[in-house]
Amino acid sequence: MQITVDMKRCQDHGQCAIAAPDVFRINDEGRLEYEPTADESLRDEVEEAADVCPVQAIALLDG
Amino acid sequence: MSEPGAHGAGVVVVGGSLAGLRAAEQLRAAGHDGPLRVVGEEPHLPYNRPPLSKEVLGDPGDSDLERLHGLVAFRRRASVADVDFVLGARVEGSDLEARKLRLADGTHLGYDGLVVATGLRPRRLDLPGPSLGRYVIRTLDDVITLRLRLAGATDPRVVVVGGGFIGTETACTLLKLGCDVTVVEPFGAPMERVLGADLALAVQRHLTAQGVRFLTGVGVSGFTGEAHVAGVTLSDGRELPADLVVEAVGSVCNTEWLEGNPGLDLTDGVLCDDRLRVVGASRTVAVGDIARFPNVLVDDVPRRVEHWSIPTDTAKRAAPTLVALLRGEEPDTTPFVPVPSFWSDQLDLRFQSFGSPGLADEVELAEGDLDRLADGVLALYHRTVAGERRHVGTVAVNLPPKRQRELRAAFLQPDLSKGTR
Ligand SMILES: Cc1cc2nc3c(=O)[nH]c(=O)nc-3n(C[C@H](O)[C@H](O)[C@H](O)COP(=O)(O)OP(=O)(O)OC[C@H]3O[C@@H](n4cnc5c(N)ncnc54)[C@H](O)[C@@H]3O)c2cc1C
Ligand code: SF4
Repeated sequence: MQITVDMKRCQDHGQCAIAAPDVFRINDEGRLEYEPTADESLRDEVEEAADVCPVQAIALLDG
Repeated sequence: MSEPGAHGAGVVVVGGSLAGLRAAEQLRAAGHDGPLRVVGEEPHLPYNRPPLSKEVLGDPGDSDLERLHGLVAFRRRASVADVDFVLGARVEGSDLEARKLRLADGTHLGYDGLVVATGLRPRRLDLPGPSLGRYVIRTLDDVITLRLRLAGATDPRVVVVGGGFIGTETACTLLKLGCDVTVVEPFGAPMERVLGADLALAVQRHLTAQGVRFLTGVGVSGFTGEAHVAGVTLSDGRELPADLVVEAVGSVCNTEWLEGNPGLDLTDGVLCDDRLRVVGASRTVAVGDIARFPNVLVDDVPRRVEHWSIPTDTAKRAAPTLVALLRGEEPDTTPFVPVPSFWSDQLDLRFQSFGSPGLADEVELAEGDLDRLADGVLALYHRTVAGERRHVGTVAVNLPPKRQRELRAAFLQPDLSKGTR
């Protein structure tokens, strides 16, 4: 599963890091960092992260 | 009549915004594989409302509907690819006993299971004076109308009536757009009902220093002008000149289409139990802003919660409930304790809230200095329930997003044995 975050849209709300801490984290500068690919077993978490992003910046691609 | 899937008509979701979309997704996730239809009054596929008063109102580009809708449209999951979105269709009435809906065009729609997701609309001021030049912000079309009006004006004077979150946020965005902005709030400092007096006053000072004018403790009694608003008359007799007015004075629940069904409690939204089952109706659940449900996080009083996080949380609970009801099974009884959370952006301030600060009777300033909000402030909200002081809400202003997890965790897995149920 591939993950992209539209960084022009992302406002570092950090909600994704609450929902899927294995994939998204907020670094010490307060900026979002994320894994561009994640194991299928994390799909639920990542879907949840995409749902709760207030600016809907997270997109998921299969494969 | 009560066997599951009696008409094979599937599930109908009424309301096509965040709650309606999440309900459809969660129904599929919960195993409903029959027909699924979302009927929504707005002509657009579901889109995200919070940016309307922030990025969309402030967007420097043109006001093309497609372009702006593209900025806020929700992505559609593969699981809802076969969901039938019936847009621009308003449900006018219903007979829940016969499981039938009446649409505005006179047609009828049957269902096996029903999801109520019709949300809110802005309350309008019923005051003497012209109605032209008065705006609200709830829908994409509302914002486009306001943007077009602003595009034709130079440094317009705007009066925002109502100093709640939407009013204050809108005022801040309008200020950034170069408007001269006055917020009129009869109750007290902006957002005081939620933030408490001390923090609200600090916010008022902070925003005033940057140019947002606040008139508090005074109401609006009418509008001046001939066909178009030229000013606002205050309850103390003063008059404020205004080229346009934004009304942000709360909301009305879209429950009219449910009226006339015996057994429902529509006094404030739709009364539900903690599985989101609509009280007084069979095979019916409610989700989002319109659902009034108990949350043992605080007490057992059913309340509506107008936060963005609630449509998703309630859909996750309501969908399995409805699927169980359709199968003639008993829905899950584990307690439903969603943690309400919201955010708001106002000039250089970002608010992040967890729990229900508005229910507190005591506010504790845990971190920071009220005269330096931009540097970060943490307020904890407490309420005494049955002699016990409980932490019911948290508001963070400009704290690093890294802290959110810890702030939210304070409300997870409360000791339910101490609950009031
Ligand atoms: C300007 C603005 C800014 C906001 N900012 C924030 C924020 O920063 N943070 C936050 O947490 N929350 C915010 N919110 C609140 C958040 O957007 C709402 O909680 C959320 O939209 C609720 O979703 P809903 O689907 O329950 O209801 P709604 O979004 O109200 O959707 C209900 C839908 O049902 C349709 N409908 C109504 N009646 C009928 C009918 N009879 N037949 C068919 N369709 C019907 C309506 O047209 C509408 O599309 C904001 C809201 C607004 C308006
Ligand atoms: S939730 Fe959205 S806005 Fe916030 S950090 Fe994650 S991607 Fe960015």
